Amino acid sequence: MARKILRINMGALSFAYEEVPGKWAKWGGRGLTSVIVADEVDPTCHPLGPNNKLVIAPGWVSGAPAAPSSGRTSFGGKSPLTGGIKESNSGGISAQKIAKLGLAAIIIEGVPEKGKWYTLAITKDGVSFDSADDILGKGMYEVDEILWKKFSNEPAVIGIGQAGEKKLSNAGISVNDPENKPGRYAGRGGLGAVMGARGIKAIVVDDTDGPGVEVANMDLFKTGRKKLTDAIMSHDLTKPGGGLNLYGTNVLMNIINEAGGLPTRNFSAGQFEGASLISGEMVAEMVEKRGGGMTGHGCHAGCIIKCSNIYPDEKGDALVSCVEYETAWALGANCGIDDLDYVAQMTYQCNDLGLDSIEAGNTIAIAMEGGALEFGDKVGALGLFDEIRKMSPLGRILGQGVEATAKAYGVHRVPTVKGQSMPAYEPRAIKGIGVTYATTPMGADHTAGYTIAPEIAGVSGKVDPLTDEGKAALSLTFQAATAFIDSTGYCLFIAFPILDIETGFAGMVESVAGVMGLEADGIDAIEMGKEILKVERNFNKQAGFTSADDRLPEFMRYEKLPPHDVVWTMPDEDLDEVFAWMD
Amino acid sequence: MKVEVRVFATLRRYLPELGIGEARVMDVPDGTTLDEIRVILELPAEEVKVIMVNHLQADPEDLAADGDRITYIPAVAGG
Repeated sequence: MARKILRINMGALSFAYEEVPGKWAKWGGRGLTSVIVADEVDPTCHPLGPNNKLVIAPGWVSGAPAAPSSGRTSFGGKSPLTGGIKESNSGGISAQKIAKLGLAAIIIEGVPEKGKWYTLAITKDGVSFDSADDILGKGMYEVDEILWKKFSNEPAVIGIGQAGEKKLSNAGISVNDPENKPGRYAGRGGLGAVMGARGIKAIVVDDTDGPGVEVANMDLFKTGRKKLTDAIMSHDLTKPGGGLNLYGTNVLMNIINEAGGLPTRNFSAGQFEGASLISGEMVAEMVEKRGGGMTGHGCHAGCIIKCSNIYPDEKGDALVSCVEYETAWALGANCGIDDLDYVAQMTYQCNDLGLDSIEAGNTIAIAMEGGALEFGDKVGALGLFDEIRKMSPLGRILGQGVEATAKAYGVHRVPTVKGQSMPAYEPRAIKGIGVTYATTPMGADHTAGYTIAPEIAGVSGKVDPLTDEGKAALSLTFQAATAFIDSTGYCLFIAFPILDIETGFAGMVESVAGVMGLEADGIDAIEMGKEILKVERNFNKQAGFTSADDRLPEFMRYEKLPPHDVVWTMPDEDLDEVFAWMD
Repeated sequence: MKVEVRVFATLRRYLPELGIGEARVMDVPDGTTLDEIRVILELPAEEVKVIMVNHLQADPEDLAADGDRITYIPAVAGG
């Protein structure tokens, strides 16, 4: 059975299944959400208004038998944070369930009667529209718990916290993990507010007795799957007992600090003296010492990398999953906070309220810079989440993210591109990632073109992070490859083994070709990635973006970053070169 | 000459006496390469993916200099 589009209209409270039109047939995941948004959403619409849509798509291989580490769900729409197109993807248990229901994508449009909130339940029989009164105003921990009691078969729960209900620009979309905890987030870009604007508090997905994922060429799929699995299981980074498995993404904290590229105290330095105290090694030590938590946690069934963790509190009870690199950096180093217990508690608050932890940490750092708190004031920082919970005027400003908060506090050191704040890599010290921040259609986003691999980690070659030379081309290659991987449903972390191990890359392509019924040599990952980028860039252009939006903030050109004492020196012409091929 | 050496993540198992981020100060003769220091520390070559000296990437055959801050790094990445 060919995959279908499920279209849900929140105005009429109706749904319909549609054939996937030919023009969308070759896309999955990010590629699919982006082409649908580009085709159906007016780029000039208000992101919270009736003409925006929320599009949800699992990747090509999600839900296919034993496809390794393939639980990514893409969420797309026009972003309230950037004003441009947004694809934000998440782990958790939703992708496989949506795919096993035979769905290529879910398109949610229209708005219900004002004040009405719904829980959508999607099963093989269709969609039910239940009142969300029982979960309205609640945080995601409680929402997940209530909905697993209310609905059978341990469904996926896609939901928004209070931030999404109030349509704050830093609201993310939560997906539950196998233990039914929130913490897997399509965090970036405010798509939680887009979901809230459709009157949806939660979407429950139960794939029981669904048709499953059709695999067009099972032999080719299995051949590819084996090669990819072997690559993941043998690479030092992704194998059992490897860096990601033992320490999670936070294995990077000490390394990026060592490279002088760890943004500290609102991007005023490249090293944090407390980095080791909030590092992945310290998380592992706490888990071992306290009990009650775990490293090597998987965010969905079938993950063979298992980079997640469950962080225990002082009593040895599970507190939050997961303390990853971006979270520990944003709420730690960038706020001058070196206490992992506070970082973990703030992570819990982000997960519960439904906030992107990168933007949340950056926002607190801005408030500190603006004088609301001292850098390092962990008690004060944790207290700011109460303001958001209360939806006090201050809480609403903080919930709008970095740029709104910077205006409120008169701060000029504002580390954003296209309205979205930068993640945990300093572009002055790691130039290639700066090109990605500047030019990706998503706003400042490391995952959009992870040049860190060659610039810091020695994956896919070795490149000097401090030089400008060659970085435009490097970033484009990574942006295109990423757009492709974001469409597969595979976790982006497969990129490291497949960049280093040739058969792994071939296997990834073959597994996709097997599912889609294509010839493996008919898939050009980079070219397809560029097609996606072109669609996204064109949307942004029609939304009013120009080359002036492909720039890093001014302060990075004149404030020297220690320890390298470098500024951002990339010529504007080089940045404009990244997408010159589109013209 | 004196150099200070750090190891992180999976390489820490070879220098278990060091706390996270702590350095071992070593006295090595002039003309010692980074790879020779690795051998002294019994860090397996295949597990060292990147070497940094004073926050910059370096090559195994580079000579260490007095006061250098040297870091051996295994396969790492994330997001």
